[in-house]
Amino acid sequence: MTAFINGIGLISPQHTADPGVFLPDIVEYTTDFLQAIDPKYKEFINPIAARRMSRLIKMGITSAKMALSDAGCQMPDAIITGTGLGSVEDTEKILSGMNAGEQLMNPTPFIQSTYNTISSQIAITLKCHNYNSTYVHRSFSFESALQDALIQFEEHIAEYALVGGIDEMTSNHLQITRRAGHWKMQPVNNLQLLTDKTPGALAGEGAAYFLLGDRHASSTYATLNDVKTLYNLNKATDQEGAINTFLADNDLTTDQLDAVILGYNGDVLFDEIYDRLGSGIFQQKQQLWYKHLCGEYYTSTGFALWLAANVLKHQLIPAAIKLNNHPSRQLQHILIYNQYRNTNHSLFLLSR
Amino acid sequence: MAKRVVVTGIGILSSIGRNLPETIESILASRSGIGKLHHLDSPLKEEFPFAEVPYSNKELLSLAHLSDPANYSRNALLGMIAAREAFQHAQLDKIPSLRTGLISATTVGGMDQCELYFNDFLTNDSKNQYIDVYDCADSTEKIADLLQIGDYLTTISTACSSAANAILLSARMIRSGRLDRVVAGGTEALTSFHLNGFNALKILDKLPCRPFDANRNGITLGEGAAYVILESEEAARAGNREIYAELAGYGNACEAFHQTASTPDGKGAFIAMERALKVGGIEASAIDYINAHGTGTDNNDIAEGFAIMRLFGEHIPKMSSTKPFTGHMTSAAGSAEAILSILALTHRMVLPNMNLETTMPELHFTPVTKLIQDIDINLVMSNSFGFGGNNTSLIFKKFTNHK
Amino acid sequence: MEELIEKLKREVIEQLNLEDISPEDIEADSPLFGEGLGLDSIDALELIVLLEKKYGLKIEDPKDGKKIFHSIRTMAEYITEHQKA
Repeated sequence: MTAFINGIGLISPQHTADPGVFLPDIVEYTTDFLQAIDPKYKEFINPIAARRMSRLIKMGITSAKMALSDAGCQMPDAIITGTGLGSVEDTEKILSGMNAGEQLMNPTPFIQSTYNTISSQIAITLKCHNYNSTYVHRSFSFESALQDALIQFEEHIAEYALVGGIDEMTSNHLQITRRAGHWKMQPVNNLQLLTDKTPGALAGEGAAYFLLGDRHASSTYATLNDVKTLYNLNKATDQEGAINTFLADNDLTTDQLDAVILGYNGDVLFDEIYDRLGSGIFQQKQQLWYKHLCGEYYTSTGFALWLAANVLKHQLIPAAIKLNNHPSRQLQHILIYNQYRNTNHSLFLLSR
Repeated sequence: MAKRVVVTGIGILSSIGRNLPETIESILASRSGIGKLHHLDSPLKEEFPFAEVPYSNKELLSLAHLSDPANYSRNALLGMIAAREAFQHAQLDKIPSLRTGLISATTVGGMDQCELYFNDFLTNDSKNQYIDVYDCADSTEKIADLLQIGDYLTTISTACSSAANAILLSARMIRSGRLDRVVAGGTEALTSFHLNGFNALKILDKLPCRPFDANRNGITLGEGAAYVILESEEAARAGNREIYAELAGYGNACEAFHQTASTPDGKGAFIAMERALKVGGIEASAIDYINAHGTGTDNNDIAEGFAIMRLFGEHIPKMSSTKPFTGHMTSAAGSAEAILSILALTHRMVLPNMNLETTMPELHFTPVTKLIQDIDINLVMSNSFGFGGNNTSLIFKKFTNHK
Repeated sequence: MEELIEKLKREVIEQLNLEDISPEDIEADSPLFGEGLGLDSIDALELIVLLEKKYGLKIEDPKDGKKIFHSIRTMAEYITEHQKA
């Protein structure tokens, strides 16, 4: 079932918060992780209400409001969030306190540490009693939220769904997960990420909310045709086969794709998956990438979806995201393919 | 006409039993699982009762038929045991070609391990194998790998309604034709993290919880895992397997009021229950029994009570909260209580609301306080309302073989 | 007492993360809950933590909080009374 992307709000390490401009510049960093650029939250959130909001919640509410405003929608029929890690900052506060032998816990960080608090706080802000849910499955989180919304449209129980993907990174969490081999051991330059050729990705964070509608509107960016998640597709043939099946299910073949957005993240151990596809079924395609702009985080496909939607709306591909040069006469169909440590694979299909 | 979604398998592990037969025994004997903490080393163990699963992690490993502890969290072990019971109960391996999903729910994830090793994570490499166990997806993927489920996976976290939402999503995935069957439910292990958190909210009762009692004073936290196998009727009929119930209705609504409290008149609860009835095309007066969320907090019980009165009017069905049996299993409560609701249908009984001494003066109905047997129950409503105002109501129907 | 009141104002602002409020904005006798600052039940719990951490005073039943936390002045009076004991 096709949904229409009618509004977007994106807070990221790039200048993406203004829906009126599409990547006006590219921010270059040499860093341990790409930190999202905070907008003036006070312009979106009442300061008294903000007292009990961690940065993550503020990012979520603000990008949700941006999406609603962009679409001219006041009340969605569903609010669905995907977050892989929830509030890392609050969880750490509590664990540090416990570690230090503190007997008395503050209630606020505990409440803020629950994964569903973002969706819930958005609903409180809007006084929205409609369907509300939160998905928390690593890099399937945002995808699951979108799939839920697509089914709602098929069921004809929603006209508007507010769907988001949000994750944050902190220095402590970076330090901890570095031990598990997730990240680069040294600061890197984001624009040179693919020349680095070492294990580990460049971490990032961001909040992307989309107002999806069941029909076209003047604010429509593009249509979201389908989203698929695939678990444990380890072999190259499985990956190619899955992509071809996904396209066939949507009455398309790779011939009709005008661009593919790939989830290269600088981790040489896993980027080779994209290399293989790039010299295989995507060889003649315009290949694009995005994690040099937003970093790697479980819901980074939110950034990719924003990118794809804007490319289709403006019919233009910024040079900074191109991996090769295979231009199309017109930009009609875009595929996004992302994988996390060759375990969680996801596919998105968008059309003009 | 929407596809019928039916229940073909059940698996449950909690303080009242290692599996479904033991759970049924405890219910029939009105035996609660609430008592003292033996396995989790918490400074709160002398102050509050809990409904702990009475097995150490080592014993759970054995119950799961595993020998290598690897980096299994208690959460994952609980989930693997219960999900496998459900899977085998439904004999899902009989027809491997059907599209099978796993939709699990949890909020603590691997915290039971990570809270022990936080200092190590910051300072040394000795506990690195537990780092990736932290997030909510870990237990889901461990269950998926154990049962070899790969067609669809996801994890939901909506606090105390999580597992009910897992069941709700499963039904929609089946009805939309995306999956033939789903292992749906949740798992939650007790952790110092959330024990301390609930204590900070001052909603833990020093006595075993007393839902709908005028003197109720809070929650008794429990733990465990519970899964149901949901299938399309067509898939269920393949392989001549038994069908235990039909999932006839479901509704999800948001309180949109406060992060931890319900509106005093239970608006969110009302809307969730009303939606469940609407989806099922069921009249309120047709419900025979409500398995309430009934946590024993001031706020929930009065809000839920008012919502029930408003929705059911003159025809308030028999109702009870079964949390005095199992404690509040948080992210697993929705599926554990769905199972207890299904048992009401299959075993022709109404489960009691134990620990009730003084009825609430604000409500003009009283929960059932003693087990009722030999009673025809055709429609049961099961409520799960979570922090953040995530409210979900499920309706199960006695399965009949009509076309 | 006045010194304690001023100190409490700053501590309450910090504990409750009231970023945009300064001590001058809080009247010692104004209600903290409902109207006035519009604080809620979770703020009350945070104030219970404040009293215990900073003043060593334990409040077992959150329902007692209603009287104690009515205003900054009632908080100051409670602290003064119980710290003497």
